[in-house]
Amino acid sequence: MLNVGKIEEGFVLDHIKAGKSLELYEHLQLDKLDCTVAIIKNARSAKMGKKDILKVECNIDMLDLDILAFIDHSITVNVIRNGEIQEKKELVLPKQIRNVIKCHNPRCITSIEQELPHIFYLADPEREIYRCKYCEEKYSPTTAT
Amino acid sequence: MRHLMSPLDFTTQELDRLFDLAGDIERNPGKYAHACDGKILATCFYEPSTRTRLSFESAMTRLGGRVIGFSDANSSSAAKGESVSDTIRVISCYADICAMRHPKEGAPMVAAERSGIPVINAGDGGHQHPTQTLTDLLTIRSLKGSLGGFTIGLCGDLKFGRTVHSLIHALIRYDNIRYLFISPEELRVPDYITDMLRTRGIPFREVIRLEDVMPDLDLLYMTRVQKERFFNEEDYVRLKDFYILDAMKLSKAKDDMLILHPLPRVNEISVEVDDDPRAAYFKQAQYGVYVRMALILTLLELA
Repeated sequence: MLNVGKIEEGFVLDHIKAGKSLELYEHLQLDKLDCTVAIIKNARSAKMGKKDILKVECNIDMLDLDILAFIDHSITVNVIRNGEIQEKKELVLPKQIRNVIKCHNPRCITSIEQELPHIFYLADPEREIYRCKYCEEKYSPTTAT
Repeated sequence: MRHLMSPLDFTTQELDRLFDLAGDIERNPGKYAHACDGKILATCFYEPSTRTRLSFESAMTRLGGRVIGFSDANSSSAAKGESVSDTIRVISCYADICAMRHPKEGAPMVAAERSGIPVINAGDGGHQHPTQTLTDLLTIRSLKGSLGGFTIGLCGDLKFGRTVHSLIHALIRYDNIRYLFISPEELRVPDYITDMLRTRGIPFREVIRLEDVMPDLDLLYMTRVQKERFFNEEDYVRLKDFYILDAMKLSKAKDDMLILHPLPRVNEISVEVDDDPRAAYFKQAQYGVYVRMALILTLLELA
């Protein structure tokens, strides 16, 4: 059994689908933070069989976690203060997603304009539909990058 | 500073003011003949469109302003690889207002984000064509008396036809309108539009044969099947002659039904229909100039 020590302040992202933790690491841009990060892959889980866990030791205001709601609803976010779980954060779908997913409409200006960010807005919160800000094409996970 | 990207950028009250202004321009053109003296409109057309471009140029010229611009991407710096963002920054130094047509969807929005002058979307790919929509709304309001309380049939290419998408988006803000979508299976109106109508409880039907619904219509909006929207030539050839409106089909229509068409037409409306009093598509082109004049004045805050 692998043991990773407790963190004093930060987040524990639990119930990540096995193998997806590195993707989250990139989406949350953890490589740009100067903090301790533990990536645990394929941990045993009674609920999921296998799961990934991310432990991030940082100031809790440093991360925008709303993007997690877009990526995977089932992730549990534990907020840690003084070494204890202080709250389980409820994830809210972000109103806008910037440079996380790409527009795949070949007629969209994002396909040719240099350095134009790929921005999607939440068009239908109930059905969780995001549309490209520029061409309004619906984001389709099957064409996700 | 305001731009026009979508017909929904203006509230219905603002549209009423715009249409009132267009009506005043129609009745009193002399009053506005020097309203834009000293002002310059840049027409940045990255794809060919004689009609819309000339309508803008006519509008600015009738207001006393001047026009600069280009009419296809090959004669602009885009051919050298310049981005839309850079182009509009430069154009902002040369002109007071810009009308942009671009084959890529969202290009005018990119321009508006970087621009120092008002930008008008003059058509972006298969996405939006708001000034055509303003033209359509003004035509309906002027010839039908109001924007609401009618059954409209939209016929032809409802999949790629941006004028149709824009018009539906604009009309859903008005009350008591029923929609009949008349198209071949391959060119049906996109799901997001039918979803939107369903969500709002707005009645609509999708049919294939124009003849079946002709007697129900107060307005018939014809569209062309546009070659440039197809990636596959074979599909275009198969679908281009699916609907042709002729005197025979029109014999089943109401006496006061209006026939609209964004133009240019190819053969989807037979020439014999042109003399029918219900044919409003050339009058519609005239309203296009008035509404663009009103729009230029409004965005330049000269109205």
